[in-house]
Amino acid sequence: MAADSCSWFPALAVGVSLLKCFFISAYRSTDFEVHRNWLAITHSLPVSRWYYENTSEWTLDYPPLFAWFELGLSQVARRFDANMLQVENLNYASPATVLFQRLSVIVTDVVFIYAARECCRCVREPKGSRDVLSRPSFVLAVLLLWNFGLLVVDHIHFQYNGFLFGFLLLSVAKHLQSQHLQGALLFTFLLNLKHIFLYVAPAYGVYLLRNYCFAEDNKDGSVRWSSFSPLRLLALGAIVTSVCALSFGPFIAMGQLPQVLSRLFPFKRGLCHAYWAPNIWALYNVLDKSLAVLGVRLKLLEEAELPRASMTGGLVQEFEHSVLPSVTPAITLVCTLLSILPAVASIWLRPHGAQGFLRCLLLCALGCFMFGWHVHEKAILIAILPLSILAVESREDAGIFLILTTTGHYSLFPLLFTPAELPIKVALMLMFTIFSFTALRKLHSAQGSLLHPLEVIYLLGLVAVAIACEVVFPLSPWQQRLPFLPLLVTSVYCAVGVCYAFLRLYASLLLRREEKPKQL
Amino acid sequence: MQTWSLVSICVLLAIIARWGVSLNSYSGAGKPPMFGDYEAQRHWQEVTYNLPIQEWYFNTTNNDLNYWGLDYPPLTAYHSWICAYIAKTINPEWVELHKSRGYESTQHKLFMRTTVLVADLLIYIPAVVLYCLYLTDGSSKKKVSIMFCFLLYPGLILIDYGHFQYNGVSLGFALWGILALGLGWDVLGSMAFSLALNYKQMELYHALPFFCYLLGKCIKTGLMGRGLFLLVRIGVTVLATFALCWLPFLAEPSQAMQVVRRIFPVARGLFEDKVANTWCSLNTLIKIKSILSGDSQLYLSLACTLLAVLPSCIRLLTKPTFWHFKLALVNSSLAFFLFSFQVHEKSILLAALPACLLLNDLPLMALWFLQASTFSMLPLFLKDGLLVPYIVTSLGFLFFSIYLLSALDHCSEDKLRLGAYNKLFYWLPKIDLAFIVRWKFYISIAAMVGLSIATAVLIPPPHLPDLFPVLVSTTAFLHFLGTFIHFNVVQFSEPPSRKSQKKSN
Repeated sequence: MAADSCSWFPALAVGVSLLKCFFISAYRSTDFEVHRNWLAITHSLPVSRWYYENTSEWTLDYPPLFAWFELGLSQVARRFDANMLQVENLNYASPATVLFQRLSVIVTDVVFIYAARECCRCVREPKGSRDVLSRPSFVLAVLLLWNFGLLVVDHIHFQYNGFLFGFLLLSVAKHLQSQHLQGALLFTFLLNLKHIFLYVAPAYGVYLLRNYCFAEDNKDGSVRWSSFSPLRLLALGAIVTSVCALSFGPFIAMGQLPQVLSRLFPFKRGLCHAYWAPNIWALYNVLDKSLAVLGVRLKLLEEAELPRASMTGGLVQEFEHSVLPSVTPAITLVCTLLSILPAVASIWLRPHGAQGFLRCLLLCALGCFMFGWHVHEKAILIAILPLSILAVESREDAGIFLILTTTGHYSLFPLLFTPAELPIKVALMLMFTIFSFTALRKLHSAQGSLLHPLEVIYLLGLVAVAIACEVVFPLSPWQQRLPFLPLLVTSVYCAVGVCYAFLRLYASLLLRREEKPKQL
Repeated sequence: MQTWSLVSICVLLAIIARWGVSLNSYSGAGKPPMFGDYEAQRHWQEVTYNLPIQEWYFNTTNNDLNYWGLDYPPLTAYHSWICAYIAKTINPEWVELHKSRGYESTQHKLFMRTTVLVADLLIYIPAVVLYCLYLTDGSSKKKVSIMFCFLLYPGLILIDYGHFQYNGVSLGFALWGILALGLGWDVLGSMAFSLALNYKQMELYHALPFFCYLLGKCIKTGLMGRGLFLLVRIGVTVLATFALCWLPFLAEPSQAMQVVRRIFPVARGLFEDKVANTWCSLNTLIKIKSILSGDSQLYLSLACTLLAVLPSCIRLLTKPTFWHFKLALVNSSLAFFLFSFQVHEKSILLAALPACLLLNDLPLMALWFLQASTFSMLPLFLKDGLLVPYIVTSLGFLFFSIYLLSALDHCSEDKLRLGAYNKLFYWLPKIDLAFIVRWKFYISIAAMVGLSIATAVLIPPPHLPDLFPVLVSTTAFLHFLGTFIHFNVVQFSEPPSRKSQKKSN
């Protein structure tokens, strides 16, 4: 084996790309049709109609840059099967269409592979030649490239997250390499591709302002107001506005901005997605439900008075809580802002370099995930992927990473509910989990164990949950009466782990000792 | 990282690859009236479940042997019977007599695929893991690399999980036999191999090396003393295993005779379809089938096969070491494939299994042959709609075997064991054989890629409809013949010394 050269990186990339090709004929969710429809819309309609078209229920609800991206893809799609580019061909999925769409995800993942390469370059290599398999850069490459969540969500469920996360990781890597303008440019591109990355925008904004626009710190690490550089602020502003102009410009010119924004932010959807993401609201819902049941039992509440709605009814819908106050978008917004405020304030006061920024980015992502309105379970990847970088560097973060990835990844299980995909998701998850546990333990073997025994017991509990939900439940009589029970159990159990990881990550940011200035 | 985690990651990857292939189509999907091997296996479940054991191999009103009649040995039948019981509890329609013919549904496909995976997990995969851990040399990383390539050999995955068969069972039993012999447990090994033979008669391809190795060992330990004792124990074990497998059919001689007749259908021709063996390739030049009568075809092929097997078996008999055993397994199965009667293209898997055993010793030659063997089944894969999995698994195998085994990095003459050729052709001027071999490898890979693309994309000229299948089978035949000759030469040259192996690692 080539021990010292970096020949292992292409091997990992080729391996995972081939692995993705195995899933071409696997189950695909409605997101497949969503993206086919967008291809059709962008290809066959004039730009002015893009955000008004509603033949299909899956209207275009990503920012304009993504629509331009789809337009580019459609030029290639034409050569595979032109029929997929007709808006009226709803649910069209010829073999050529499937092949094209799947391959488009696999090929655009090149951005992600490049970004992973850049991230691996940012990792400090310890002195002394060690086994390839226990080098931080190798471990990081595997954790990123072979990430269970991305494989499942992109290549089976079907989305273009790999391509998008490529931009995110690349911009993070640029910040780690102190190339702030490039990082900002990439992130603005990303925001205009998919607006869910607004989750982490506060971290970017504050960090760039603090670390880039203010060139110097005082001796004690606080901001030196006199070092403010208007030129730098101007450069940042120019980058952001020019990219946004490129993306939204045509729509502003046509006076369609309100329509575009109404498509991008559909607040008519419910508090929780069809399947609850493992966040605070999942716990809140369960608390409400159990209080209601308890109230009825104790004759404190009248069953007839309770609002009737099944919370995991399958469709995106609004529902009212029975006992606890109902949650409105405004409340979630306030909660989210409150949850990320300390993190943002902390990097303003004590930046801790790019490491601190990365930590703040993670907390923003997790804060929005925990308290946001209509959060998808897939959004957990925004936290998991950047956390991989920290995990290979410090023991503390490796422990958090193991808890967050294991619960976060497990919470993606209900996405693939078809029996044919069961062996794949179980094997993929096991593979990733075994690798992350053994590799990170080896990496930090000098500093003791990564997890507290209680944490280990909690994670082992996931196995019991998995067996109960995937094997026992489908065979039991409850399958008919309580079809949503496994989803509920999964999201509640995982919510506990995600909350815990969130708190521990917060603690690691706020309680950092001052004498450890991390410079990258 | 610990070995156990690497091993489990390898096995999990192998499972994912297998299951990924199994999501694709199978042979004869939606093609009435005969369907394909998938329906054959389902039909066997139907027959074994519903009919008394005495009727399984007979043509009766309830058992039409012309419609996928049972033509494998009893162990396959028992396996079908067990599967049928499980199928019955899930959905009785799947095995209902007569009415279930050509039954196809997503659930049923899932069930059938699962039976293959379960059999593989129980028999084939553990054998591979144990073989690589205990019987290959080198660091644990090297062992895991070998295991990775072994488990991801595309031919077997595509046939078992795409086309649909249970080769993993018979090959797995044979591998258990090889493993036991390698560890010195001769009696257990011969039992495992008897099971393999009773699962699929094609395992006869491996029978002679097993026989010669064990006999040679007995002779070496002294036929008058402990050797005889060993021989008797092995003989008794084999007979007992056979008797146990055939027990229900031994009551009446006519029963047993019928099973044998079903298993060896000599009435079929010298070859069918396009298979990459001598007879089919010769057929493009001389029409053997029309020149010779059926019987003389049979005798001719028998004679040629014996002649081809003989050298390596005699060598093994005189030098019963594990190294010679492995080589003899390749040589014997290739000889059978190239020269014997009624060969199917899938039978190349029997030669591929022992070739996988040589991945550690002769990486380049082994992976070259394995790649060619997968390529030889291309027309079959195309017919079954397995083009994408074929491309993915072949590329993956080629890339990772070259990368992980560093097959092309240090291929000196010594490493490739080409020394014997220099002795053979001593009158020629000295040339760098390793260089030539490497270029031959590149050219052959390019040819296989080119032919694969041509077969998949181009439409053959109307007067030569079989152009591409014939080209594929002839190319593959040349590869097999070359491998056969090379491995025979290697077997007759000096065995690798332990010392040089230690040094190279």
